[in-house]
This record gives sequence, C-alpha cells and structure tokens, in this order.
Amino acid sequence: MMRTLLVRGMLAGLVAGLVAFVFARVFGEPALDGGIAFEEAMAHAAGEHDHGELVSRGVQASLGLGVAYVVYGIAVGGFVALAYAVARGRLGPLGARGTAVVVTLLGFVAAILVPLVKYPANPPASTEDDTIGSRTGLYLLFVLISVALAVAAVVLARRLAGRTGWWNAVLAATVGYLVVVLVVGSLLPAVAETPAEFPAAVLYDFRIAALGAHAVLWGVLAAVFGTLVGSRSSAPSGAADRAAVG
Amino acid sequence: MTQAAVPAPGAVPAPIPLREIAPWALFAGVVALVLLYLVGFDQGVTTLVPGEAIHEFVHDGRHLLGFPCH
Repeated sequence: MMRTLLVRGMLAGLVAGLVAFVFARVFGEPALDGGIAFEEAMAHAAGEHDHGELVSRGVQASLGLGVAYVVYGIAVGGFVALAYAVARGRLGPLGARGTAVVVTLLGFVAAILVPLVKYPANPPASTEDDTIGSRTGLYLLFVLISVALAVAAVVLARRLAGRTGWWNAVLAATVGYLVVVLVVGSLLPAVAETPAEFPAAVLYDFRIAALGAHAVLWGVLAAVFGTLVGSRSSAPSGAADRAAVG
Repeated sequence: MTQAAVPAPGAVPAPIPLREIAPWALFAGVVALVLLYLVGFDQGVTTLVPGEAIHEFVHDGRHLLGFPCH
C-alpha cells in the first residue's frame, strides 16, 4: 500500500515537474534573462570582465531548468504521498480523490503561497550576495512555521468537527491558521534590498512567473495524484455505507 | 493492510495505520529532503558537495522555484 502510494506520488510529481518546466521556460526565462542583463550592465559599468561560465546560459535555461523542476516535482510528490497516506480516511467525509486534492492544495498554500508572499522569488542581481544566509534562514523558518500551523489547523478541525460539524470546524481552523500566520509574517523582518535602478517590470514578471510555475506544478500534481489514487484498482474502501465526497 | 473485496468508488477509504506509514515516511522523507537540498540549497549558503557545478546547473530553476540564491 505505502509502496504503491509513494510510486504514484513521485510519478505525479514527475509529470507536474515537466509541465511546470514548460511554463517556467516560456514565462519565467524572459524575466530571468532581464535580471542577468541588468547584472551584466552593472558589472560592465563597474569595469568587470566576464569570467568563463561553468555551465552555459543555454544549458541553464533548458536542461538545468528541466532537471531542477523534475527533481523538485518528484520530491514534492513524495511528501504529498506521505501526507496523503496519513490523511486518508481521517478527514471526515473525504474520499480518496478529495483527500488527495485537499492535501496537495494545503501543501501549496502552506509551503509555497504564504511564504512566497512574504519572501518572494528573486531574479538574479535583485538581492545582495552577502545576505544569502539570513535570507535563506528567514525563508526556511517561515516555511516551517506555516506548514506546522497548517498541520495544527487540520488537527484542530478534526477535533472541532465532532461538536460543530465539518463546515464550521473547517471555517474556524482556516481563520485560525490565517490569523496566526499573518501575525507571524508581520513580525518576521522584511527583506528589501532590490537596487533602486533594477527594472520594476522584470521584478514583477519574474515573481508572477515563479508563483505561476508553482501553481502549475502543484495543480497538475493534485490532478494527476488524485486521478491515480482514485482509480478503481486502488480504492480499498473501509465503510462503503458512509457518505463520501470525492 | 487488509483490503475490502469490493472497492466502492467515492467511499471513505480505510485509514492506513500510522505504524505502517512510519518507516516509509522516515526513509522517503529523508530522501526527498536530500533532493530538495541539492536542488535548492547546496553550494549556496552551505556546501556539502564541493564546487559550483550543481549550483550553476540548476541556477535558473533555483531562482524560479523561489529558493534564496546568491
């Protein structure tokens, strides 16, 4: 059972990574090139010379980008499969497909959307090299806090559901998660180090494309993983007489 | 894991016992974390694999995936 779920999660992640790669290649690369063009203009103005590239821009923008998205997709698919294994049959009326979609979307909101609103993706040359340590630390910290709060919200909804019903329980848990994560987000220090002369359109396009590629990746993952776990051959059902959604 | 003879589509599936999930979660979780680390973080703020080949190869993906990168 666990072996099957993990294989399906990673397979769905592989497909999701490939689709997101195509999106990133088409919509992300132009903005990324804009950042590199700014970087080179700054270096040129400072009188620096190009030193030889270890990996060519062409490889970075095609094979490298594809491998990054596919490996990321497989890893995320594995995590989603594990979370689904724990959640399955434990989220009230949700069936296999409903559980797969809810778990994946919760993962997207908690691990990607909320942290990226606070600490958005940055194109080359829009941040200071020296602050990589603090930026990495803050970003990881917020991801961990947000995911932990989302897990706590799900546990809370399960506890409340017995007394208030699932609708009210999910509403209360959602509000609870949002309020706490917004308070934490407002307390964590902001990162504002984009050079004043960095082109605003490049920064905007890059951040929207990065968020869009994540939405594509997690959306395809939810669709494919939900399809795979919802297929007839993989639906060992518990109480078939219980009302189910999905 | 016992399986019901007739899978009813849309029905609430049986929970998987947590002690059956635990060893898979530990192993697969560690492997997935290593993959995320190599794609997102190695040869950046910390370095386990020497050199810059990984960083340079996945450079564009690292930026677009939102990982802090130089």
